[in-house]
Amino acid sequence: MRCPLQIYLPIAEVSVNAFLLLGLGGLVGILSGMFGVGGGFLMTPLLFMIGIPPAVAVATEANQIVASSFSGVLAHFKRKTVDFRMGLVLLVGGLIGAAVGVQVFAILRELGQVDLLVKLSYVLFLGVIGGLMFLESLNSIRRARSAGPAPRTVRRQRSWIHALPFKMKFRTSGLYISVIPPVIVGLLVGVLAAIMGVGGGFIMVPAMIYLLGMPTKVVVGTSLFQIIFVTAFATMLHATTNYTVDMVLAVLLLLGGVVGAQIGTRIGVKMKAEQLRILLAILVLVVSGKLALDLLIEPAELYSVGFGGQE
Amino acid sequence: MIRLLLILLVAGLPLRAEEIVADLSQDRISISTNFDGSEILVFGAIKRNAPQPVGTDMAVIITVTGPREDITVRRKARRFGIWVNTDSREVNGAPSFYSVSSSIPLSRALTPAEDDRWRITTASALTAPDMTTMTDNDPEFLEALIRVNTAAGTYGTAEESVQVRDSTLFSADIALPADLTEGNYNTRIFLTRNGEVVDSYATSIYVQKVGLERWIYALANDEPILYGLLSLFIAIVAGWGASAVFRLFKN
Repeated sequence: MRCPLQIYLPIAEVSVNAFLLLGLGGLVGILSGMFGVGGGFLMTPLLFMIGIPPAVAVATEANQIVASSFSGVLAHFKRKTVDFRMGLVLLVGGLIGAAVGVQVFAILRELGQVDLLVKLSYVLFLGVIGGLMFLESLNSIRRARSAGPAPRTVRRQRSWIHALPFKMKFRTSGLYISVIPPVIVGLLVGVLAAIMGVGGGFIMVPAMIYLLGMPTKVVVGTSLFQIIFVTAFATMLHATTNYTVDMVLAVLLLLGGVVGAQIGTRIGVKMKAEQLRILLAILVLVVSGKLALDLLIEPAELYSVGFGGQE
Repeated sequence: MIRLLLILLVAGLPLRAEEIVADLSQDRISISTNFDGSEILVFGAIKRNAPQPVGTDMAVIITVTGPREDITVRRKARRFGIWVNTDSREVNGAPSFYSVSSSIPLSRALTPAEDDRWRITTASALTAPDMTTMTDNDPEFLEALIRVNTAAGTYGTAEESVQVRDSTLFSADIALPADLTEGNYNTRIFLTRNGEVVDSYATSIYVQKVGLERWIYALANDEPILYGLLSLFIAIVAGWGASAVFRLFKN
């Protein structure tokens, strides 16, 4: 059966149904609106599944994240919940990380190991984070059931972080810490953005709260601020070294995503935080499990054909 | 009248008793935004200067060869419990598309010796000396290349898909997939009798991206920096615009 609106993607060089892309964008948008996450970690594997080459999926997703984070960060600018100084320090690490990530990506692409790298990264990060989130929300639901006020998590002052040199004052966050930990956090997120086609908020937000000790209200705005520049940089690098950014694909996903996010935010408001978190944890674990199975089960076709040679 | 007779006489002079006269429904294919694969009609007739031989099997075979490209065939193996690409062979000049259509099963339409000479079946075409070269020739990888591409729809054999009417007129629909590579698609038509090639005819189809597709593809490859900036700009404007429109609706 022929679908009514096939669209030929000029860079991916495949023909895909436009409504499928809008729908995928919308679905991931709903989830990202509900849970307040970027959704790159869901979109990239979904794009693999509908037959977009992994290299194009990762690069295009970086492009899409720039746009979806952009409208998000504007709201945070208005509320003054962006720590620019911290954002810039994270950004320095992020740019270096993205540059390294894109180079690693290009080398592995030549070796035919991009698929493996991307999938392993997903299995590892999503598995760990999903697992932690699941346990955490299970605990808090149990605590809520047994009634009584939940014990407040005490933020430990990690002495080793305060012992590091190159201290800097971050007024908006009310911190006086070394620049080394935020640069390293930024670096890690930059590598992930380039390799996995994600914004990296799911790593950066917990790291900012638990590792750097930033106040929760500035965390999201600051991470969005950093993500925009790092993914924009990753997009440029992918466009110039791998030629794999498909703007038609990006725009279609984006249009669906914006509408989906609005719907998702409305659904999210009606649900309890613990329920939301446990749902997100399950979702993350399912994606990770699916990718892990792909690696563990013997594939039906052991051979694959890829472009290469003098590439 | 005399001139016409002369032309007919000259035309009849070649030693071949049967000749293919053929054409394509289109010799250009444009990949535009709504491109979803294409079907090409190959049609023609067999011109005869003598009554056709009796008691022989006649067949028409049509092959279409896409532009060549350099590819890598990889094989997975289990390492540390997971399946990873381990071995690989580089194949230079493999056709990006190859299809064989015939009017009767190929086993009857073509003798192995003729296949070897004209390189008609997929395996034979790929191993032609002027065609592909593979590092450490390994038949397993060649078979895998054909199998994977056949599953993907870029290589294919369609026996009995060429219609022949009254042993003279023939036509066939050749389906070209949506993920076509740009370039020349060489089309060959063979007429065989008892598996021996009697006549052949060659033409080509030109496949090209047009309009927006062409512009985007060219920009991405020729001006990658400009293209990257433009992608970012368009994405931001689209994202911002869409959420602004949504807010407008809400109020």
